Amino acid sequence: MMYVVFALPFVAALFAPFLARAFKHHAAWLLALAPAWNFWTLSQYLPEIANGERVTGGVQWIPAFSVNFSWFIDGLSLTFALLITGIGALIVLYAGGYLKGHPHQGRFFAFILMFMGAMQGLVLADSFLMLFVFWELTSITSFLLIGFDHTREASRRAALQALVVTGLGGLSLLAGLIVVWNITGVSEMSLLVLLAGDLVRESPFYLAAFVLVLGGAFTKSAQFPLHFWLPNAMEAPTPVSAYLHSATMVKAGVFLLMRLNPAFGETVAWETVLPLFGGATLLVGALLAVRQTDLKLMLAYTTVASLGLLVMLTGFGNEKAIEAAVLYLVAHSMFKGALFMVAGLIDHESGTRDVTKLGGLRGAMPITFAAALLAALSMGGLPPFFGFLAKEEIYLAVAKGDAWALTVTATAIAGNALMFAIAFAVALKPFLGPHVETPKHAHEGPLLLWAGPLTLALCGLAAALFSQAFHHFVSSPMASAVAGQTISVTISSVPHAGLALWLSLATVALGILLYLALASLRARMASLLAALGWGPDRGFDQAIAGLIRLSVAITRTVQNGRLEFYLTATLALIAVALLAPMLAFGEWPAMPAFPELRFYEWTIIAIAVAGLVAVVLAKNRLTAIVSLGIQGFAVALIFMLMGAPDLSFTQFMVETLSVVILALVMTRLRLSPSDHRGAGQVVIDGAIAAACGIGFGTYLLRVTQSPFDATLSEFFNTYSYVIAHGRNIVNVIIVDFRGVDTLGEIAVVMAAGLAILALIRVRPGVKWLAKTREETS
Amino acid sequence: MNTLIFRTVAPFLTSLMVLFSIFVLLRGHNEPGGGFIGGLIAASAFAIYGIACGVSPVRRALYFHPMGIAGFGLFIACVAGIMSIFVNVPFMTGLWVFPKVFGVELALSTPMLFDIGVYLVVVGAITSIALALEEREED
Repeated sequence: MMYVVFALPFVAALFAPFLARAFKHHAAWLLALAPAWNFWTLSQYLPEIANGERVTGGVQWIPAFSVNFSWFIDGLSLTFALLITGIGALIVLYAGGYLKGHPHQGRFFAFILMFMGAMQGLVLADSFLMLFVFWELTSITSFLLIGFDHTREASRRAALQALVVTGLGGLSLLAGLIVVWNITGVSEMSLLVLLAGDLVRESPFYLAAFVLVLGGAFTKSAQFPLHFWLPNAMEAPTPVSAYLHSATMVKAGVFLLMRLNPAFGETVAWETVLPLFGGATLLVGALLAVRQTDLKLMLAYTTVASLGLLVMLTGFGNEKAIEAAVLYLVAHSMFKGALFMVAGLIDHESGTRDVTKLGGLRGAMPITFAAALLAALSMGGLPPFFGFLAKEEIYLAVAKGDAWALTVTATAIAGNALMFAIAFAVALKPFLGPHVETPKHAHEGPLLLWAGPLTLALCGLAAALFSQAFHHFVSSPMASAVAGQTISVTISSVPHAGLALWLSLATVALGILLYLALASLRARMASLLAALGWGPDRGFDQAIAGLIRLSVAITRTVQNGRLEFYLTATLALIAVALLAPMLAFGEWPAMPAFPELRFYEWTIIAIAVAGLVAVVLAKNRLTAIVSLGIQGFAVALIFMLMGAPDLSFTQFMVETLSVVILALVMTRLRLSPSDHRGAGQVVIDGAIAAACGIGFGTYLLRVTQSPFDATLSEFFNTYSYVIAHGRNIVNVIIVDFRGVDTLGEIAVVMAAGLAILALIRVRPGVKWLAKTREETS
Repeated sequence: MNTLIFRTVAPFLTSLMVLFSIFVLLRGHNEPGGGFIGGLIAASAFAIYGIACGVSPVRRALYFHPMGIAGFGLFIACVAGIMSIFVNVPFMTGLWVFPKVFGVELALSTPMLFDIGVYLVVVGAITSIALALEEREED
């Protein structure tokens, strides 16, 4: 069953373009069935997980390296998977309405379903490598989605930026996971968090693993100062922003931190670095959100802030903080997804999403207004919404006496108040007040568009109203999984007097003040940012430009474009590599006994030598190439006589093809037919060639003179027919015993072929792109 | 190299070589041969045909872009490896079936499928390079 869950989004993505062509935007209803089915299947695990069980499964993939295809379902991964599939279904419907009539709607569906499959795989994966593969797959699909509108410069840049930042983070994550793998010897998350936590924490490589893993998590979850790619990613169509860049993908980093908390947590580094960066991100994100007037950008920066809050709570290091992080994560996925969809809906219906140019839409778009209001109440943290529960829990967790806790509390209050103000700026400003003329005549969107935001917003209400059941099935198992011990979440939406409530009230009061002063705050932030001038976004451009300059400089020095230089360098290095070890260690081969050969064997050797002499003496290049072929054929014959038919066969074909291809290249390069090197050059080249030849000869002699370990040959001889049903040992080795090597090799052949093809196509002075355009038109 | 004899013989030579390459590919598991050598033979066959009769007839005869053939080969090789997962054995474990067709026992296996993949990759990659090099006069 789980195999189907893993495969279904990708299968649906395969059919999406055809369905979209056949049914237009109605295909959304069909395609949404895939995530909905996954949601339903996964929700069957809820009772089991609520009882504190963990479900693992899978198959061994490469047992020799303990690489498995395996999944791990506990409270954390199940909650994430349900959010991903549930919101995924709503987003597919929403995209059906949002991109109605778009020529590439099918492609869009395919991308977003692929992303869903990757994201769901990421959270359900047990094996490290599987987690990494799905992690990178989310980066790639996110690149495709951000750059969906690929004719615009801005979206291409944003897509590339997101790919570079998150891709770098992914590599860092891979390195971190490999370090953990080496420390503990386990390659599965389920084993790591259960058994190996102490091993990780006590290892001298803890800090290295910690920094590398953070590199992955912080880039993906847009922590300051790597946050800049997320607001830029708003170039994507709104369904993407709602899904990837608020509800799911950006939470992958938080997911990783939560997943690793039982293994990495409770150390000084963890409890300092996470709150520090998280808190900074919270404040920076919330302040930058104030500056924006575009609805989507305002929401994007509050997403950055929320991610900071989550990281801060995850690293704060007590049970309540983890409960708070869990609650806030779920609440945020619901209200932020809904608000993004509302922003897209307003944009779609009115033609603008600039908050200063919107107003009085409540009459025209009542359902949208309701959804926006419900979501904003949750984001603002007012009872009886789920956001309120999360905020109470945050204050219960962080309100302690010491200076560190006070700082964190103050940060949380400031961030929450700013987000409160933004939430209502998004939800109220466009709808209240006098009617403002908009580019399009606004009216309520179709069912496909408002179904998603309204459902999500209502979920935020329902989860709070039935909080005890929700905690039993979702919050408690998830918090337990994050903390690594059983936790039961009890908070309900009934306000109860205490410090937390007072802090909540203070937040709301501050939030209202900020809301009223938003316009002047915005102006101040704008002038402050203008005064600063430089930001990480500019820094990214500078870094990329620097990288290009560096590579240009290196290429200029190393790659001077002269073939003679390349060949001289390569061959001289080969000669040194072969001869130097023998020279340094005095390991010259003993002079072999003179072999007794039959006359025909002598004849063939004579042919080889004749070919060689002909190469050296050849007057023009074509003769030289053919003579080289003669020498190669003679060597192939020797292989044949010595009982290596496969080798000889291959040698024949390789020689034939190299003569043909060399001849073709020579004619193509339009070289002068003969050689014009001066005498000095000839001597140097000859010396290098002789050194190479002598090097290879003596090296082979030396190798064959060392005692031969026949274990492998015996193994292959014994088992070739018994296990692999083949009498040709060479072939059995290639396709069976060492098949993975061959798989790698043919992939290299393919890549080399592509590269050569590209090189042949490139011609100086020819505008290649312009030419292909002419051909296609 | 546009001699009449060469041009007349080339199609026959090419078809014989391709046939031979498939023979070499299929016998490879027990006798000298295999996907790599077979692929090289077929690639040289197409190169010869290209030299004799020009590149566009070869491209027409191949129908697919040679790089597409190579990509398909890589895909087949991966599929041959992945098949093992459906019978719960490690990646790339050889699977064999011996069905009887018209009373003759056939040995079909994932290593054979893999070898066919190798064959296609080699044919596709080398042919596309050779053809691209031969194409020079036409542009």
